[in-house]
Amino acid sequence: MDTIFALATARGKAGVSIVRLSGPKAFDVAAGLTGRDIPARTPVLSDLRDADGGLIDRALVLGFAEGASFTGEQVIEFQVHGSPAIVSAVLKLLGDVDGLRLAEPGEFTRRALLNGCLDLAQVEGLADLIDAETEAQRRQAVRVFSGALGEKAEGWRRDLIRAAALLEATIDFADEDVPVDVSPEVRSLTSDVRAELDQMADGVSAAERIRDGFEIAIVGPPNIGKSTLLNTLAGREAAITSSVAGTTRDIIEVRMDLRGLPVTFLDTAGLRDAVDEVEAIGIGRAVQRAEMADLRIFLVDEAGAELPLDVQDDDIVVQGKADVSGSGLSGLTGEGVPDLLEDVYARLERRASGAGLAIRERHRVALLKASDALAACDQEMQYGMDRAEIAAEELRTAVRALESMIGRVDVESVLDEIFASFCLGK
Amino acid sequence: MKHSSFDVVVIGGGHAGTEAAHASARTGARTALVTQKAETIGVMSCNPAIGGLGKGHLVREIDALDGIMGRAADVAGIQFRLLNRRKGPAVQGPRAQADRALYRSAIQEFIAEQANLTVIEGEVADLILLGDTVSGVILANGSEISARAVVLTAGTFLRGVIHIGDESRPGGRVGDAPVVKLAERIDSFGMDMGRLKTGTPPRLASDTIDWSVLEMQPGDEQPELFSFMSKGVTAKQISCGITHTNEQTHELIRNNLGRSAMYGGNIEGVGPRYCPSIEDKVVRFADKTSHQVFLEPEGINSNSVYPNGISTSLPADIQEQYVQSIPGLEAARILQPGYAIEYDYVDPRALSRTLELRVAPGLFLAGQINGTTGYEEAGAQGLVAGVNAASRALGGGEFILGRSEAYIGVMIDDLITRGVQEPYRMFTSRAEYRMSLRADNADQRLTEKGIAFGCVGPARATMYAAKKEGLIALRSEMEAARVSPQEAELCGLRVNKDGRRRSAFELLSFPDVTLETIKPLVPGVSAYDPEIATQVARDALYANYIERQNKDAEALRRDEAVVIADDFSFEELVGLSNELKSKLTRARPATLAQAAKVDGVTPAALTLILGRLKSRAS
Repeated sequence: MDTIFALATARGKAGVSIVRLSGPKAFDVAAGLTGRDIPARTPVLSDLRDADGGLIDRALVLGFAEGASFTGEQVIEFQVHGSPAIVSAVLKLLGDVDGLRLAEPGEFTRRALLNGCLDLAQVEGLADLIDAETEAQRRQAVRVFSGALGEKAEGWRRDLIRAAALLEATIDFADEDVPVDVSPEVRSLTSDVRAELDQMADGVSAAERIRDGFEIAIVGPPNIGKSTLLNTLAGREAAITSSVAGTTRDIIEVRMDLRGLPVTFLDTAGLRDAVDEVEAIGIGRAVQRAEMADLRIFLVDEAGAELPLDVQDDDIVVQGKADVSGSGLSGLTGEGVPDLLEDVYARLERRASGAGLAIRERHRVALLKASDALAACDQEMQYGMDRAEIAAEELRTAVRALESMIGRVDVESVLDEIFASFCLGK
Repeated sequence: MKHSSFDVVVIGGGHAGTEAAHASARTGARTALVTQKAETIGVMSCNPAIGGLGKGHLVREIDALDGIMGRAADVAGIQFRLLNRRKGPAVQGPRAQADRALYRSAIQEFIAEQANLTVIEGEVADLILLGDTVSGVILANGSEISARAVVLTAGTFLRGVIHIGDESRPGGRVGDAPVVKLAERIDSFGMDMGRLKTGTPPRLASDTIDWSVLEMQPGDEQPELFSFMSKGVTAKQISCGITHTNEQTHELIRNNLGRSAMYGGNIEGVGPRYCPSIEDKVVRFADKTSHQVFLEPEGINSNSVYPNGISTSLPADIQEQYVQSIPGLEAARILQPGYAIEYDYVDPRALSRTLELRVAPGLFLAGQINGTTGYEEAGAQGLVAGVNAASRALGGGEFILGRSEAYIGVMIDDLITRGVQEPYRMFTSRAEYRMSLRADNADQRLTEKGIAFGCVGPARATMYAAKKEGLIALRSEMEAARVSPQEAELCGLRVNKDGRRRSAFELLSFPDVTLETIKPLVPGVSAYDPEIATQVARDALYANYIERQNKDAEALRRDEAVVIADDFSFEELVGLSNELKSKLTRARPATLAQAAKVDGVTPAALTLILGRLKSRAS
């Protein structure tokens, strides 16, 4: 039985989000990620770190022993802060663990049912789930199979069926009049598809942002006018402003609609060597959130000033307090703010348009799994046709991973292609 | 009026019928095999060959369950070839040309020797019914045979019509009468029926072929036999000839298409795409200027040659003209013209997994009547139907093979869940667990199950037990021999220098690593039978994939084990769309696994079905 995971609470911003794991490896995985054994029934506060050791969040980890959980299996719950960025990072982290996979819709319930841990009333509740699932699939299908993106999926389907047909023809009709070595055509078909899958997988995170919103952090030294800028953007006094450096300690968020794109601006503590403990905590948080944000606006004293964080692609560096310095932007007078918004919009819009048709973490996982399988297929094809059946197996894995996007590829569609291409029957 | 009584009656003495009767008798049921002519038992009506890709797998599975096809083919084989020899073992298919006379007598001998098995000559005119339940047969001469289960293997005999050019006449096979009265009884069950067709080429006189100008194809030097019990080849081995059609042949065929039964519009049945007539090839692949023709001798002492690749329903005079346009066949004489045959089949979705008809308990169907083609497909169904018929008669359990267990399981599941659009033939690509379902390990997959159902005799059981012991011992020896990358390198093996110790078993999955290369690591190998060592190496090659597939297979088996009773109402399921309800009601899935394959069924919908099943159970 696989160990599965999924976000158990609603998507989007919330106070707390719960990511749930169920299956025989749940406790092992939790121990691996937290670096400690998780006891059953006793909550543990623990850091969650990514593969590079970077802190994702401090999570409350809850363990339920086999036979004493919702599904009847070992269950681990990670209660994390309810930010889409954190949830995505946790899901991605789990997805990279060998032997773990995202749960199918309703799969937790199904396991509970199999293990006799649900009553019928709970099962009836599934009807709602199916309705929701159907509606989501309908919308998803409309999106996938219409327009330019639909053509792309159709193209993958065509190419993968063709590649499978070539391989299967040499396997199943070896004693007939079919080409002996099809590896060049198979490799060319699969490598083209693979390049597009990778490109699409990169676009997934942008697509999630379109749904969940982009986060933009305003960072810079203290008293540079970050909070003033936020208030101007918000059109209200969201943050307390004063001339005293270090006024902002907590992270203040303002959600707005930037010409159709949902964005959240974050006002953060000014970055400097803190003078007191509370400010130090605020600065630590500011750095963490700012690094995880989708975009950073650096307000600086003067052009060429040293920056407190690494500047990532697309970040904006602009001089603050134009009302004083005479150049850059000013939250106080509004000078330069429309240009800034224009700039932010242009950058986010560019990412959004690269979002592609894949809109969920589930799709990203499927795209990457398919891409890996195609890479393995290519690897086997290097040996010519001697390992054709292994290459074909990898190709099937890729096709199965993509089924939700390209539709079911049944052996009949492969046979149709074979019989249309080759004159068989000796 | 004569009256006799058996546990099981099998109707038909073809490949399905003989396997069914033999399996039923092996399982312990007193069995009668009823056939029009006892001398035609075991006749190969079409091409004189057994096995091939996918089909060879089926023969091995029949053999692993102690059936007779593999052993008969080994005795009758006059040319053995292992197809896909250069590819991996999962897709290698044993194939043999068979001497028709030897094959037929081998089968007849197996039937004659088998305890509990009686052959009765006669035409079955009707079935005896007790309510819905089939409880015996009535012969044309009026005598009755009562039985607790009946297996019908009608082949192409149900309303068979033979077409040669514009002539057509009723017939089940050249020289045999069709079955019409029984067909009416089948009609009365009100099942969906369809019509299929198949064809054969003209048979040529060997002494009129100029073999000297032909390319010859010999068999393998090391013949790969079908049966796990066979020790060696007994018949004299021969080569086949290869020739080609040409533009002149195609011209002749094109000019006479109107006189072909198929193109003249006389045939309504659907033919197989993988076995097209020469008319089809010329029309559909018009740009091909030549097609291969294999000249397969029908036996050591036979003057008849089967030209594989030119089956036809053209008139006899045109057949002669186009045959004689082919190199080497300029003076060839036709012994028997090629013909197309049309016949009725039952939509196999009417069957349960035991091949019993749902509307007529006690009646099992196997072979072409279920829409399949091929001796191997027929024999495999016959075996399953035979064991189940015996089991029904003797009060045993259902003998069901799953998709993750056997090609036979794949075939039966395909038939009963999807039906057929053209004559169904086995391909390895139909098996999603291809890496584990191999011809070479059919005994490891099935023999123990056969023993449990009583259809495997003591000789095979003993032999298998010894083999299994060897396999387990050698495998654990190979898994225990673990080496570092450096040590592996000393044996000339290139592996990642990741410091990970790998077992000899793991190393065998690497390309270019053979038993020979790992011998220094596992010196004990030499002590084992080479067959055992080769078998372990085959398992090693696919170990990673098999592990992956086992996981999927485990999930599938769980779903296959969840039975949806016939009276389960999908209409009452709250939460399913009306469309899905009607699809499921129409498909009538027998298990959760089958329900999953119905178009549009989502994981959550399956959970809902499962929930309803659980609540019914409690």
